[in-house]
Amino acid sequence: MALLASIVLIGLLVALPWIGVGALGLGWVFGVAVPYLAAVVLVVGLVLRVLRWARAPVPFRVPTTCGQQRSLPWIKSARLDNPSTAWGVVGRMFLEVVAFRSLFRNTRAQLVEGGKTVYGPDKWLWAGALAFHASFLAIFVRHYRFFVEPVPAVVGWLQSLDGFFQVGVPVVFVTDVVILAGLGFLFGRRLLDPRLRYISLAADYLPLLILGGIAVSGVLLRYFVKTDTVAVKDLAISLVTFAPTVPAGLSPLFFVHVFLVSVLFAYLPFSKLSHLAGVFLSPTRNLANNNRRRHHVNPWNAPVEVHTYAQWEEEFHDKIKAAGLPLERE
Amino acid sequence: MEKKTPEQLVQIDYRPPKRDWMDPTIDFEARRGTWSYPAAAKNLKYLGFPNPREWSPTDADWKLPPNWQEIIREGFRERLEKYRSLRLFMDICVRCGACADKCHFFIGSGDPKNMPVLRAELLRSIYRNDFTTVGKVLGKVAGARELTAEVLKEWYYYFYQCTECRRCSVFCPYGIDTAEVTMLARELLNLVGLNINWVMEPVANCHRTGNHLGIQPHTFKDNVEFLCDELESVTGVRVNPSINRKGAEILFVVPSADYFADPGIYTFMGYLLLFEYLGLDYTLSAYASEGGNFGLFTSHETIKRLNYKIYAEAKRLGVKWLLGGECGHMWRVLHQYMDTMNGPPEFLEVPVSPITGTRFDHAASTKMVHICEFTADLLHHGKLVLDPSRNDHVRVTFHDSCNPSRAMGLLEEPRICLKAACNNFFEMPENTIREQTFCCGGGAGLGNDENMEMRLRGGLPRANAVKFVRDRHGVNTLACICAIDRAVLTTLMEFWVPEVTVAGVHELVANALVVPGEKPRTTDLRGRPLAGKEGSADVV
Repeated sequence: MALLASIVLIGLLVALPWIGVGALGLGWVFGVAVPYLAAVVLVVGLVLRVLRWARAPVPFRVPTTCGQQRSLPWIKSARLDNPSTAWGVVGRMFLEVVAFRSLFRNTRAQLVEGGKTVYGPDKWLWAGALAFHASFLAIFVRHYRFFVEPVPAVVGWLQSLDGFFQVGVPVVFVTDVVILAGLGFLFGRRLLDPRLRYISLAADYLPLLILGGIAVSGVLLRYFVKTDTVAVKDLAISLVTFAPTVPAGLSPLFFVHVFLVSVLFAYLPFSKLSHLAGVFLSPTRNLANNNRRRHHVNPWNAPVEVHTYAQWEEEFHDKIKAAGLPLERE
Repeated sequence: MEKKTPEQLVQIDYRPPKRDWMDPTIDFEARRGTWSYPAAAKNLKYLGFPNPREWSPTDADWKLPPNWQEIIREGFRERLEKYRSLRLFMDICVRCGACADKCHFFIGSGDPKNMPVLRAELLRSIYRNDFTTVGKVLGKVAGARELTAEVLKEWYYYFYQCTECRRCSVFCPYGIDTAEVTMLARELLNLVGLNINWVMEPVANCHRTGNHLGIQPHTFKDNVEFLCDELESVTGVRVNPSINRKGAEILFVVPSADYFADPGIYTFMGYLLLFEYLGLDYTLSAYASEGGNFGLFTSHETIKRLNYKIYAEAKRLGVKWLLGGECGHMWRVLHQYMDTMNGPPEFLEVPVSPITGTRFDHAASTKMVHICEFTADLLHHGKLVLDPSRNDHVRVTFHDSCNPSRAMGLLEEPRICLKAACNNFFEMPENTIREQTFCCGGGAGLGNDENMEMRLRGGLPRANAVKFVRDRHGVNTLACICAIDRAVLTTLMEFWVPEVTVAGVHELVANALVVPGEKPRTTDLRGRPLAGKEGSADVV
């Protein structure tokens, strides 16, 4: 049902701009109003979301340690997997965010005949996730060329690198292929792995379908449907300079692409996609394991009812005395 | 419950059931052996906990307070505001499934709700329904469920079926920690009187007598003296530890199982022999007679209530610093909670080893040192004379306890001690040790007998790793630094890997320790003959 709901929804999301622009001529709605609205929702929503997380304190220092602690000077400690300093934490977070280090550890447990458990490395999820995220980032940056004039050199370099293989006209970007493969893999495992299918919600299929829709429409616009890139750039620049005009000659498919990106933006702060900001705040990863070295303050550390020594001695007074143990009050 | 054989227990079906996971129904009667008995009313009354009553999970009516939904919702709201971890972990899980087969309970049972992701979804589905707009509007499509009595029963079943071992959090790309989720879910359950006796009885005991087992001061002294007698009969060395002595340099705190039951008592004898050898100026306390803290399995407030005694007693006795024995969850509390909750202890000094002069700067604020850190330092400075051949009758492997590995990183210190004390040391496979270590299956208050089937299932991955080194290297001893392990692993080994015994690290250290004035050793601390000395009292 979760899958069905997501498929129906993505169908609607594609049909809406297609009909809206193609049949009703609502270019201004889908080219200007919706993107502006989506951008506002993204920024405001994400800021509010992060503030909400940040407002909740971190009462205890609870890092998950994944290596040797720093204790005695002659025992080598795991500076990145069990950081004891702020720089160590920076290193750990960097590897987590850029290289998905925790996911890289992934193993697959299997029970084989005779009741033995075996664990093998399982890097597929790591590879698929990294493939998707890295190409998404590269594609995101590449799109800068539509929004600024002149195009910054770094975007040009990235573009040349991305088109390194010089295949096809226009040149095929490696990231376009990789992102489709990555998304296909992530979607495929949700469908084919019974365990994942069992846990998957509509909120898991939908983002993949939206991203897939964006990637497919983008690929079509670049390689298969003749697209007036000058008109695209005119629209993009008009949007960022706050003088929006919708040039003629843009296909409904282009508006599908823009609409799906807008939906992604607006959806992000309210969904699991907020992990892109949340990962930085995770207390099991972003705290140094210097627990016994430095005091950590809990802002709401409330007094509790305790059983004092005096109460204890009073209750067991005679037994303590008979046992010949020292007493505070004879 | 009919007893199942190992062959029956490993018939595990990992295929998810037809039934949607959002259906919370659980047949407690049919699942006997996989849940724990509820807390006795007297324990809740003593502690001032809500809703004390007699009830059973197999009853249709759990006798909840009439406004239980409101209590849970308010409790949830309060905790979302007090713990960033909770709010974040409710929001950012992408259900990638990396955690699924990392849980020992899932590996051992195949129950999909033992996948950490679904365990957390049990809570998350209610969070979405009550605290997010999307969940309120879209309901089930958004993964939201209403909080019904059946859901609450499901929480009781699954949040008392997590040992808070944190293995899943090692693999989670966002560090989502199911231990944190379980701890807070148990706090919510406690608000309406849903708790288990194997946790609450120790908590009540500890509050009153100072230790989980309810050992009163005179019995504490008797137990310690009995163990000193035992030690003397093996080694010929008389040790006389002091209790509640003011002015000692060090207060030594151990888990109470160490002075109560086999096999922990041998570890305790090991500590005492080592201290005698060193001439350490230390005292035990009959008031702070528990290092462990079952508050960790109850609520943050309860952790603090029980933990209070350690610093309070250190202050009263006027000691300089604290030394702690071998115990897993005890060290999670001492390392990650004690200083924040009841510290910093300005009245103590930064620990310095009186033997080596080493300043334990890593404990500069908390002022408490793990005995393996202390002993590893002694070994590094060549302060111990050991005869590892006295451990030649054991072929040993080391079980990293969950908390010292994943909430501390105490990995090398115990290995340094073991390798110095034993000639035959073998590691288990790398996916089952260090930060990837597997739980004993009975932590977090689940090591009771009524929960035996689930314990044995949860312990399967650990047992299999031990079996691997038993078959390959002839390992016959599983060393560990945790009191719960020593109790639970013993049962686990009897079931899955017979012939393997469980020992503490300091038991093995003391076997090898050559103490001046001792009598020739013919047996280890357990009275088992040493290798090559069977039936002979002649020792070089």
